[in-house]
Amino acid sequence: MLDQNTKALLKEKAAYIRLDIVEQVFRAKSGHPGGSLSSADILSYLYFKELRVDPKNPDDPERDRFVLSKGHASPLLYGALAEKGFFPKEDLKTFRQTTSYLQGHPDKKGIPGVDMTTGSLGIGISTACGMALAGKISNKDYRVYALCGDGEMEEGQVWEAAMFAHHYELDNLCVFVDFNGLQIDGKITDVIDPTPIDEKFKAFGWNVICINGNDLDEIDEAVCAAKAFKGKPTAIVASTTKGKGVSFMENNAGWHGKAPNEEQYQQAVSEIIAAMAK
Amino acid sequence: MADKIATREAYGKALAFFGEKYPDLVVFDADLSGATKTDVFKKAFPDRHFNCGIAEGNMVSVAAGMAAAGKIPFVSSFAMFTAGRAFEQIRNAIGYPHLNVKIGATHAGISVGEDGATHQCNEDIATMRVIPGMTVICPADAVEAKAAVEAAILHDGPVYLRFGRAPVPVLFDENTYKFEIGKGIVMADGSDVTLVATGLMVALALEARELLAAEGISARVINIPTIKPIDGDLLEQAARETGAIVTAEEHSIIGGLGSAVTEELAQRFPVPVRRVGMNDCFGRSGKADELLTYYGLTSYNIAANAKKAIASKK
Repeated sequence: MLDQNTKALLKEKAAYIRLDIVEQVFRAKSGHPGGSLSSADILSYLYFKELRVDPKNPDDPERDRFVLSKGHASPLLYGALAEKGFFPKEDLKTFRQTTSYLQGHPDKKGIPGVDMTTGSLGIGISTACGMALAGKISNKDYRVYALCGDGEMEEGQVWEAAMFAHHYELDNLCVFVDFNGLQIDGKITDVIDPTPIDEKFKAFGWNVICINGNDLDEIDEAVCAAKAFKGKPTAIVASTTKGKGVSFMENNAGWHGKAPNEEQYQQAVSEIIAAMAK
Repeated sequence: MADKIATREAYGKALAFFGEKYPDLVVFDADLSGATKTDVFKKAFPDRHFNCGIAEGNMVSVAAGMAAAGKIPFVSSFAMFTAGRAFEQIRNAIGYPHLNVKIGATHAGISVGEDGATHQCNEDIATMRVIPGMTVICPADAVEAKAAVEAAILHDGPVYLRFGRAPVPVLFDENTYKFEIGKGIVMADGSDVTLVATGLMVALALEARELLAAEGISARVINIPTIKPIDGDLLEQAARETGAIVTAEEHSIIGGLGSAVTEELAQRFPVPVRRVGMNDCFGRSGKADELLTYYGLTSYNIAANAKKAIASKK
């Protein structure tokens, strides 16, 4: 259970990350707000409670790793990295601009704190397996976290990676699935049903934990359980609300990859700030 | 007759040979370790060999993660299932972040033989060389294959290594041979035409040179082990000095060595170029040497094209 101070800090950071997401997508006039907002609580927890990372030494070989397998949620990752101090928050305003280093999808070569280049779905979880295996064979104690989308579960490579992680007993790997139920073309169950996601991971030999991914206490409990579990990788199937924190974006597939106009942007900012004050 | 050794054999042995010298070297395979010969490395270093099963896209991506964590991974399968099936993972997870992964692709070209067209990759040079920052190497014999493996280990960045299934003549002396990425090798001098070959076609180009010599034609033979970055200076010099070029490769004439040479010369010093290779077609089942003949990958066809190239000089 999180203590009150930590929880307050994580809530605040999650709200700032949400503001960063809305700001980036609004200024870029493109990007993916829905699936970024849904996972803001998870990223707040990882970057401000869990991950052993140092913005002053982003390439430390001993650091924990985070792979955003659902790379289109780049505004989420960039927001968390900027809040953590990997680069100036001011730079978020340049997201997706021609002269900016903040590419539409995460680019490890050019962005401090980005552990893996992602964007093509299904690949990130495999690369996280590689990092976890490298840690195992080098006797390093770092942990590797990845965040996948629920639509991403439709990519066959996810299950190749799931087989691999189980076979090599990568218990230093923890994969979150942002289970918000929506993908670009609509409900995941209407497009091509990837459920039950939890049962699939179980069948692939993983330790599986189902939580409310917008509840910081539940995230904390799941991550602690994953760290304690030996011999298997852990999948945390995190039920979330797509667009969480911005009323008109919530549970609306239309906001998967669309930028708000000026009026919508102002409303989104006011809603996030109002929720912070509560 | 010279000894014959398949470059895939040399590859497997080279991995095992360099395993101790380079402790960060790790090897991945996709259920073909007996065929790709990475099982030789596995016997020597069982803790550093990882079978990924029949899942090449995952294998290539796992290797990218390993490289990001400081290892030097070699990933192996047939050329068809790396450069072909896993093209997108190689492009996005290895090429774009410029990660230090080496792709050891075996069973390239039609000399795969009896397995037929589904397993005969004649497109891998094309798909690999179009990736920015990718180095593409196609060794001509076992000695060059071993040297190329070490050069790839020492090179910081992605490398595609193309090996064959069929035994091919040993052309070089291991004691004196030096491999340098990006450098071509003049195998024999000549003044009327230059035969530019890669892989198993180098030995056939040398035979073609003899056929031409019998007709009073002087042919230079250049071995191009590194198709990218290609040795443009050596090619330009050959174009200037001999005025006609024939390329020879066990690959489609579209996108491979023939294209790379033509692109380079078109900008530097255009001369007649004729391309010997798979002429926009798929392969078929058969014995490797019979297939090479069937598709015109022969010394006779190289010599015939040399005469056509000479005839079209201005």
